[in-house]
Order: sequence, then structure tokens, then C-alpha cells
Amino acid sequence: MFIRFFLALKDARLPVSITEYLTLMEAMKAGLAGTEIDSFYHLARGCLVKDERNFDKFDRVFGTYFQGMENLFEAVEGEIPEEWLKALKDRVLSEEEKAAIEALGGWDQLMETLRKRLEEQKERHEGGSKWIGTAGTSPFGAYGYHPEGVRIGQVKGRNRRAVKVWDRREFRNYDDKVELGTRTIKIALRRLRRWAREGAATELDLAGTIAATARNAGSLDLKLVPERHNKVKVLLCLDVGGSMDDHIRVCDELFSAARSEFKHLEHYYFHNCPYERLWRDNVRRQDAVDSWNVLRLYPSDYKLIFVGDAAMSPYEIVEPGGSVEHWNKEAGGVWIQRFVDQFPNAVWLNPTPEPHWRYSSSTELIQGLMKGRMFPLTLAGLDSAMKILR
Amino acid sequence: MSKFEGTSSYIATDDLKTAVNAAITLERPLLVKGEPGTGKTVLAIEIAKALGKPLIQWHIKSTTKAQQGLYEYDAVSRLRDSQLGDPRVGDISNYIVRGKLWEAFEADEAPVLLIDEIDKADIEFPNDLLLELDRMEFHVYETRQTVKARQRPVVVITSNNEKDLPDAFLRRCFFHYIRFPDRETMERIVEVHFPRLKRDVLNEALTSFFDLREVPGLKKKPSTSEMLDWLKLLLAEDIPAEALRSKDGQKTIPPLYGALLKNEQDIHLFERLVFLSKRER
Repeated sequence: MFIRFFLALKDARLPVSITEYLTLMEAMKAGLAGTEIDSFYHLARGCLVKDERNFDKFDRVFGTYFQGMENLFEAVEGEIPEEWLKALKDRVLSEEEKAAIEALGGWDQLMETLRKRLEEQKERHEGGSKWIGTAGTSPFGAYGYHPEGVRIGQVKGRNRRAVKVWDRREFRNYDDKVELGTRTIKIALRRLRRWAREGAATELDLAGTIAATARNAGSLDLKLVPERHNKVKVLLCLDVGGSMDDHIRVCDELFSAARSEFKHLEHYYFHNCPYERLWRDNVRRQDAVDSWNVLRLYPSDYKLIFVGDAAMSPYEIVEPGGSVEHWNKEAGGVWIQRFVDQFPNAVWLNPTPEPHWRYSSSTELIQGLMKGRMFPLTLAGLDSAMKILR
Repeated sequence: MSKFEGTSSYIATDDLKTAVNAAITLERPLLVKGEPGTGKTVLAIEIAKALGKPLIQWHIKSTTKAQQGLYEYDAVSRLRDSQLGDPRVGDISNYIVRGKLWEAFEADEAPVLLIDEIDKADIEFPNDLLLELDRMEFHVYETRQTVKARQRPVVVITSNNEKDLPDAFLRRCFFHYIRFPDRETMERIVEVHFPRLKRDVLNEALTSFFDLREVPGLKKKPSTSEMLDWLKLLLAEDIPAEALRSKDGQKTIPPLYGALLKNEQDIHLFERLVFLSKRER
């Protein structure tokens, strides 16, 4: 029963196991599913999916399997994030159009016009993939689907009452995509924690006490040990300004998450590429610190995390004097190399999506300098970065 | 076994009822996740109430060890007693302190066992409880005795998603994610808690509450429990519906909003938005 459904879930890369499948069978046998498909849906989801991030995938498979009307991948197609639409309306629509829309009546109308626009664009792109604007130049491709997306492809002929729970796809928000919150970053950073005993002896060392007492021929000899502290030291270097402006929010969150996770956290800012000067406060750039000082000040057991989009002119990395801001005697690549030599535990986190990296030669150069240790600033990327740092 | 249908003080949605009943029938632990303040902990209390079973609560902290839920061997008092020549020292079982799980296993009537905020504990914590929750038995090493559950307790486990739980553990659970209630459910929830709330006040309060949740860029969206606290305050201050109503579609700052927004930046953001929308008029 439902073996094909189970296999379909597996094909969609949901982590389902045979134990869970058997649990579902057991539940069916106990008559828990009732007669309605809704309660079967809830039951199957509770048995098979243990993480709300996978609910959306499950909903799609469930919809395909039990409805047979939507192809698995077409369900994903044609969704454009609403927030993004709001932000883009200024760019896509001309002033006259905006005025015309205001006259016609507000946001709904605006959305409708936008929808038409986007449909036109979709047709133009329909050569290979069905995704809107996978051509690379189109800004649509960057997001794919997104929390609170609007379903542009399916506006007409949708009977409201007939919309099934799984068809509403309310768990889209929890799919593990680019969206990173402070908390998720914290979970990832926690991988880095390494506990060590340091400081005043305050905790009772039970094993030590028993051993010491035994050696003392039975008279009690209490032993204390220091409390455990997180001992990981981190040097965080953040790229600011220029192309990084789009990623400021993510970096801000990374920073606030990192702050509370480590006892030793040093942070510096740079622009595009680290050169002979770094600064501590983004507002007061004149208080710059000599990079040599930074290299000498921190011992090599510090873990170095660069955060930057690595999008710059390749000359900034390979040629002296390539910096956009000042005359630099030595090329950026030399400095990156120095940092990597001093701190063997180093990674580069890149907030731009991974598939875009190969279009930027500076990203590839830095990737090479970092010996391939560049990771996207997503939960999965942070995870693999932290694994390398450990 | 009786079915869980929600209680007079707890509104359960259909999916939640399905999940609870499935977990009870299948005798699997029910793992509940959800935004903070959506009633995860309260759920266990209400299940116990609805089924007329005793409730045993085990609140997990970052220092909690799985062993503490089973039993602890109090070696220090035994050492002390041995020095004082206490006769109890000869029997090691005098120094075995029972944990919550043992308590639940030994109960005369199958209780509801709440393991609250399991994600707060060490990353290995759920793994250490695998066998115990699966077979409902464990071995006491010091006394060479096996403790077996008389009746399988109904186990409810809550998590705030601070850590990922191990797969082996998840596989043994029934999972439910409590979603933030929609307006209709919210109305029922409020009615259960404040039966004498005036209709118009409720309407206005819910409107401004859901508006507030829609404000983009809030660091922490207000939750159900905060909504209930806020309503309690509104009632205590006897604030009329007019004070909540937004005039000609403008946004206003709801009174006593401190109960809903707990973050300085959020309050600033919200005030700025209200100011902007007023200026536009």
C-alpha cells in the first residue's frame, strides 16, 4: 500500500525511512486515517516528515501523487516573491504606468500588470528551462522561489474552496533556502564550539573525588574542577560597501549571531579585498589598523572567517594598485595569501548564490587562494564551513 | 483509549487532534515544534487534563543529562554517610535517586510525560534516550535491576529548533508542527480565554494584532501567548474598541503595545512606519 508514494517521497529526496513507512501502515491499520483525505494527509505527514523544512517538499509530492494533475516541477514554476515584486515595481514599470495604475486602483492592479509583464518575459525565455528568466541577466533567476511567494502561474480558474491543504503550500517558508535568520546562523556556528576547562575551580569533580577518597583510605577528599568555557577564538573579517550593500542584512545577522557565540571574537572590516589596512569601525574608517599588526597580534590558532561577495575587478587581486579606493603597494592576492598562511583554519563565506560564482573571475581567483574553502552563506554552506574549521 | 478533542481551555485544530490521537494509539512519542508562544508546553498539560491522566513534567536545561531522567547515584552522600558510620551505607539502593522517567514508568496509571524543550540539552541527549523511549525500560547498573514501564506513558516532547535532533531519534517520533493560528482559530482561542470580551473590542484587537504581525522586518513577531497577555491588559484597563480602531485606514500605535513588541528596534521600526503612513495622508 502506498509503496509508490513512499518511493516518490524518496525520489524527491525526503529523508524517509522504512521504519516510518511501517509506522504509517500501523496507523492506517489502527484506523487513524479515517475516511477523509485531509486527515490521511496529516497522518502521513506526521509519520513520515520530521522537519518542517521538508513539509513543502512533502506537500508537492503529495499533491502530485494524489491529484495527478500537477507535475512535480511545474508546481515550483512561476512563483515570484511578493516582496521582490514590491521592490521591483519601480524598476519594471515606467512612471506613466505607475500613474495609470494609481488611477485604476492600487496594488491588485499593479500585480496584475506585473504578472502580464512577467508572462511576456517567460515566453521569451522558454527555450530551455521553464523557470522565469534563467538566462542569468534576468534578476528573477536569483531567487527561484521564496517565502510568501505569490503563485503567478495559476491565478485564473482556481476554485478557492477546492484548494487543498497541501496545495496551499504554506510551509514554503521553512524550506531550507537562502533565508538565514540569526537563530539558524547560531545553530551552525555552534558547531564550532569547543569546550575547555579554564578559570576558577567551582564544579565538583565526582570521578576525581571518588578516586582521591579511595586513595585517602575512605576519608572524604573533595576535588573541584573549573567550569567549562567555550575556547574557540575567531577572527571575523567582513567586506563592506559597494556590491556588498545588498547583503548587509545577512552579514549583520551573522555578526550578531557570532557575537554571542564565542568568547574571543575579533572583527575587522575591509572593502572588496583585504589590503594593508583593515578597520574596526565601519563609520570611522580613518581609525585603520595595519594589517601586519593584525597578522602578528593573533596567534595562528585563531579561526579566520572572511565574509564577502568576492565580486570585484580581478586587478584588485592580481595587480598592485588595483584597489578602487587607494594606491596599494601589494596586490590583494598577496594579502589574502598572508592571512591564509598565518591562519591555516580559514574559510570564505560568500552571500551570493553558489551557481553565480563561476561567472565572476574574481570569485574564482579567491576560491583558488582559499584553496577551495569558499562556501555560500546558507545554512548548508555554513555547516560545511564549520566542519572544515573544526 | 479515549480520544483527544481539545479541552474547554485549549483549541486544537484538526491536524493537531490527528497528531495527538495517532501518537497515543501508536504509542510513539509526539514531537511538537512551532513558533515560541503557540502553546507547545500547554498542549501536554491539556492532553493530561483531557484524558484524565497525571502529568509528569521534565524541563530540560543546557546542563541536563539524559541519565538524570532515569536515575542518579548520589555517591557524595554515600561517602559522607560512610564516614559517619550510617548503617544505610550498606545498601546502594538508598543512594539511587529516581528521575522523571523512572517516576513515569512506575506510576500506577499511565501518565502523560512532558519532556520540555529537548533542544536545550546537549546534542547527544536525544540519542541517550533512544532505547528508553522505544522499549520503555532501562537498566540500573548499580543495583542490577531493570525498570520497565507498567503502562506506556504518553510522551510529549517539545522543541524550539535550537538544535537539529538526530535522525534515529526523529524516526521513532510522531511529528507535529504547530502553525501560527489563522484569524478564525485565533478568535476561538480568545473566546475560550476571555468569554466576556466584547465583540467589537475583539475584532479591533485581532485586526491590529494581525496587522502588527504583517509589519515587514520585525525581529520577533508577537505570538499567541503575547496576544492573550495583551488582551488581558486591555481588559484590565478597560480600553474601549474606539481606542483600537484605526481612523480612516491609518495605522495607529495600539495601546499597551509593550506586551506585543519586546524589542527596542521593533518598536522604533513600528513607530517610524506609523509616522510615515500618517505623513502620507
